[in-house]
Amino acid sequence: MKSISGNGTLRHREPLTDSQLLLFITIGIFAVMYVLAMVILGGGYLKPQMLFDLLNDNAYLIIISCGLTMVMITGSIDISVGGVTALVAMVGVMILNGNISLFNGLISTLGLTEEWRIVFALLASLLIGLAFGAVQGFLIAHLQIQPFIITLAGMFFARGMITIVSVDPQKAPQNLMDILQTRIEIPWLGSANNRGVRIPARVEIGVVIALVIVILVFFLLRRRKLGRCFYAVGGNQQSALMLGVNVRRTRFMAHLLCGLLSGIAGFVFMMHTGAGNATNATAAEMNAIASSIIGGTLLTGGVGSVVGTFFGVLTLSTIKSIVTTSGLRDPWWQSITTGAMLCLFILLQSVVLMRRNRAKDTTKERGKKET
Amino acid sequence: MKKAKTSKFFAKNAQLLIPLIAILLLVIFNLIRDPSFFSIGISANNRGDPVLQGNLVSILNGASELVILAMGMTLVTAAAGGQDISVGALAAIAGSVFVKILKGGAVTGPTVLLAFLACCVAAMLFGAFNGSLVAFFRIQPMIATLILFTCGRSIAYWINGGATPTVESPIINAIGSFIPGIPIPTPILIVIVMGILFGLVFRFTTLSLYVQTVGINQGAARLNGVNTVGIKLLAFIILGVCCAVAGTIGVSRLGLINHETLLINIEMDAILAVAIGGNNLGGGKFKMLGSVLGAYAIQMLTITLYAMKVPSTDVKAYKAVVIIILVVMGSPVVKNSMSRFWKKLKRNHPAGEKEVA
Repeated sequence: MKSISGNGTLRHREPLTDSQLLLFITIGIFAVMYVLAMVILGGGYLKPQMLFDLLNDNAYLIIISCGLTMVMITGSIDISVGGVTALVAMVGVMILNGNISLFNGLISTLGLTEEWRIVFALLASLLIGLAFGAVQGFLIAHLQIQPFIITLAGMFFARGMITIVSVDPQKAPQNLMDILQTRIEIPWLGSANNRGVRIPARVEIGVVIALVIVILVFFLLRRRKLGRCFYAVGGNQQSALMLGVNVRRTRFMAHLLCGLLSGIAGFVFMMHTGAGNATNATAAEMNAIASSIIGGTLLTGGVGSVVGTFFGVLTLSTIKSIVTTSGLRDPWWQSITTGAMLCLFILLQSVVLMRRNRAKDTTKERGKKET
Repeated sequence: MKKAKTSKFFAKNAQLLIPLIAILLLVIFNLIRDPSFFSIGISANNRGDPVLQGNLVSILNGASELVILAMGMTLVTAAAGGQDISVGALAAIAGSVFVKILKGGAVTGPTVLLAFLACCVAAMLFGAFNGSLVAFFRIQPMIATLILFTCGRSIAYWINGGATPTVESPIINAIGSFIPGIPIPTPILIVIVMGILFGLVFRFTTLSLYVQTVGINQGAARLNGVNTVGIKLLAFIILGVCCAVAGTIGVSRLGLINHETLLINIEMDAILAVAIGGNNLGGGKFKMLGSVLGAYAIQMLTITLYAMKVPSTDVKAYKAVVIIILVVMGSPVVKNSMSRFWKKLKRNHPAGEKEVA
């Protein structure tokens, strides 16, 4: 709460935009929560590896949420992301396993080694993601169909396709998984385990990919024409059109990029788990939407930042990990507490924004009276 | 003269065309595939009463919960300009309360009524919680209801202490399947009763008008003296009652409450029904009949796929393809270009037009 009152005094000098305010709230909440966990629960939270584990487990969610943030900034929504992620993970594992004859043929005719399967899996995930993004983007932007229905159909299609591709859960071969699960070790951030052996902190490659994507999307949204167009279209489609923004192309691009990122997220998910399963990434779309919202992106469009989304994912996953580590092991306690915390954040954001708007209104009225 | 009247009717109810075309296409498809799909027979159920059976009856029967939820969802969509994604969880909570009270004593007529009223109250309270988040705190409905979507089923689990208790009684059986002596499944009758109730409310109160006013322009509605907060809250509370009714039907069908599987994923279908019914998901004007037809179209599609021996896990993919074809046909851009194409055809062949005239 301190940062909010701090902002209140800042306002006189240079007014904060709504998105900056929401971003500060999110980062503040995350910091307060993590410090509280360190103080109260201690133990694991004092080790840097805890933070890296959060990142390792949620790298795919960070990537999905980045794509979703772009779509939400344009005032649209995409709920197919979880389904696409799961489908891509399934197809990727099948390619690694050699269950898809097309790729087997390619590898044998070109005389490539087993490791090339990873490259093909990556290409396939990018293609599937792009295909979903392109079809959905075309239907939403050019045929002007409500995004919710189209992406809901996309989710149904992806989830249905998983079981059509393979009903049984699949597991990737160990030799290829060893390559995919290579971890980057950071010795100076390591910590001693129970026996006093010092273990370096381990970060998966997926986290690096996720961080690079966060930076790229941040750059796109801040510095590129396309990114600025996202905000313009989301803020007011009509005025964006009058300013000469190609609204259709902008909305199409947002969905295309979101689809592409879901594909990458599927590959990262596969790198982390090495398993293809129909229940992979269940409710990932809802978690991604919740993370974006906690990060200060509005569903109505025009407001949002990818840094906020990043911290939104961290906040959500920290809530879950705190609940599990504090002894409430029943799954129902976990979701009840997550719901309660979510409620708290949403209310806090809404109250802050409402107070701010009210303050704006009164200053405006005062200004009117003076003139 | 008659033609003018019918065209006027279609102009007024143009949005009903999409669900009607969907149902019509499915009917034609089934007629070609297997005409016996539509056969309705009377056979004795395991208690010896004559009851109606057939695919059509199972479509109407199976869609009952979806139709009831779609009715409430239409109101919420129109008033709040967003959707409630917690309806499935809310129905599970209502069902749990229903079973919890019935487990307290003997199952008789009055106790069932009491249990139903209690679960209505519980669902209304949760609906009011969602509604107050949306109305007072101006949170987007999908986000506000995300809270109950996340933890609703866990609350349902907690109400019954983590068990899935069963209730066995002829009264519960009568609600879930058939009342002795009446060959029509009871859920269909409940849907008809709900439909009549909504019809009466819309006919004799200003609810429908106010809901549309709030949905179209909230500021203007407030300046005209409409209690916008109250209307939004009311829409969510009505949806709560719909959830309670749907939950009661769902529990009665099986005679047990399973918080994990009761009406799972129904929120997506309910929103889809509202959208296929031609209602704007951004709020404003609505036609409840459209949502009802949309819900039946969805159920008919599902039953058709099952009749074609599609595995239940794959149904989603086929459903998605049909939905996309439907909404593409109904999209304004496609409609415009089709009508332009049609006009061009007419212009190129003026002789054909004369013949028609």
